[in-house]
Amino acid sequence: MSDVSKQVGKQVGKQVVIAGAGMHPWGKWGRNFVEYGVHAARAALKDSGIAWSDVDFVVGGETVRNGYAGYVAGSTFASALGWNGARIATSYAACATGAQAIDAARMRILAGLSEVALVVGADTTPKGFLAPNAGERWDDPDWLRFRLLGMTNPAYFALYARRRMDLYGATSEDFAQVKVKNARHGLNNPYARFRKESSVEDVLASPVVSDPLHLLDICATSDGAAAVVLVSAEYARKHGLTDPVRVAAVSTVTPTFPNTVIDMPLLSTDSSAVTGLPERTFKEAIGQAAYEEAGIGPEDVDVAEVYDLSTALELDWIEDLQLCGRGEAEALLRAGDTTIGGRIPVNPSGGLACFGEAVPAQAIAQVCELTWQLRGQAEGRQVEGARVGITANQGLFGHGSSVILAR
Amino acid sequence: MTATPVIEGWFTTEAEPHLLASRCATCSNVVFPPVSTAAGAAAFFCRNPACDGDEYDAVELSRRGTVWSYTDAQYQPPAPYIAPTDPYEPFALAAVELPEGLVVLGQVAAGHGVDDLRVGAEVELVVETLNVDETGERTIYRWKPVTA
Ligand SMILES: [Zn+2]
Repeated sequence: MSDVSKQVGKQVGKQVVIAGAGMHPWGKWGRNFVEYGVHAARAALKDSGIAWSDVDFVVGGETVRNGYAGYVAGSTFASALGWNGARIATSYAACATGAQAIDAARMRILAGLSEVALVVGADTTPKGFLAPNAGERWDDPDWLRFRLLGMTNPAYFALYARRRMDLYGATSEDFAQVKVKNARHGLNNPYARFRKESSVEDVLASPVVSDPLHLLDICATSDGAAAVVLVSAEYARKHGLTDPVRVAAVSTVTPTFPNTVIDMPLLSTDSSAVTGLPERTFKEAIGQAAYEEAGIGPEDVDVAEVYDLSTALELDWIEDLQLCGRGEAEALLRAGDTTIGGRIPVNPSGGLACFGEAVPAQAIAQVCELTWQLRGQAEGRQVEGARVGITANQGLFGHGSSVILAR
Repeated sequence: MTATPVIEGWFTTEAEPHLLASRCATCSNVVFPPVSTAAGAAAFFCRNPACDGDEYDAVELSRRGTVWSYTDAQYQPPAPYIAPTDPYEPFALAAVELPEGLVVLGQVAAGHGVDDLRVGAEVELVVETLNVDETGERTIYRWKPVTA
């Protein structure tokens, strides 16, 4: 056991253990989200060796695109698995939905109110740009950004990408190289939707969507599902789960005023005139809170799964998680440090580049991948000797999360 | 047929137009978009967490700022965006840092693209036609590169 594992393990009696992880392959299957969710849930239960009848708490990640069943996802999955009397909850936190669901399960277990919790996220997505809900809604920033500006999600990603170019000298080739790396990582991932190598030339030859980002720099939207089974440390001991992967931190902090980085779907930032600039940006704060909760630092991390909605955004996250200094992520990438086998592999799963985004499932999928990585079960994409992993994502309206797992 | 702002109370329309903001009467924190009944919000609650102000003054923001970042829309955005031309013509977008300490997103003035922009470059506010409907031209604020 490394020093880090000992440190993270200090509070082992109070920690929550990941007993099982399971997924439904990402794709464009066009079937009902419930089917994907139940598939992932059963896979996670099977992986854990725990019977469905032992689950006393189910948390579903809400999907806003699938009608009432999606709004009450916890109930929907519990019912589809066959009512077993478990308590239920449903979480919605945009891209951080899965992490908030995991946090709800963790809290009940830590409070001693539950022993075995099942967390499930699943989605069925439409084609093309994610558009706002129909109707005239002049008080809804998500509607206004389209009506007044024609501001799509990729356009926000492009603003961040362009800043890296003008401030740090990033190039379109650098961004393409992130895609090349992640495409290679995902080649052997049975859950990935896109399992095909990409070259820098492929990326640069794909049409520009929002300058400087090409089509292949931007992640697609997918159908998919992911699930984890969480248990108390005591339950794990009683059931012979030795040396399990533990949840060392779940950060779901919100921004601190003033939020000075323009965020989807807003048309402006807070003003920093009254208080000055904040100590950390929102994304930096998400990771920092996770490190503080786990009692470790970025130097202790072996592997990271970050939200690469665009190739350039992966570079932002590497810096936001303090895996290198501001403006240094391109150097890390060029040196091969973020490739499997490098100093700090990023997105060994293949990331959103290979999966496409299935919003309520994605943060759980990140946790599944790290679980397999820390167990040494990530066949064909294993980060050798990984003991500590971190996830990160950020979505609309002050939602974001970072989860640290340790073994 | 007259030209009317596509949204009420967000910007003025004189030759040298300004964005309109709400400034907290207690702590002076400025917010854009402003409190606007047309946009469904009549009440003001100061967003500075250290302030419980609920009264505001309508103020004009500086006309000039510097580019925080920029991009464009090579494909037609989905509704409720209304393309002013058929076939669709790409347009540029800029996030602009104002002296009041906030960044405001807007389209870039007609005839200007990403090649005319640079992080840190100076731009100024103009008002142009966003689309035309049964009432006439609907106008919107835009950022125009300042050529030295
Ligand atoms: Zn105030």
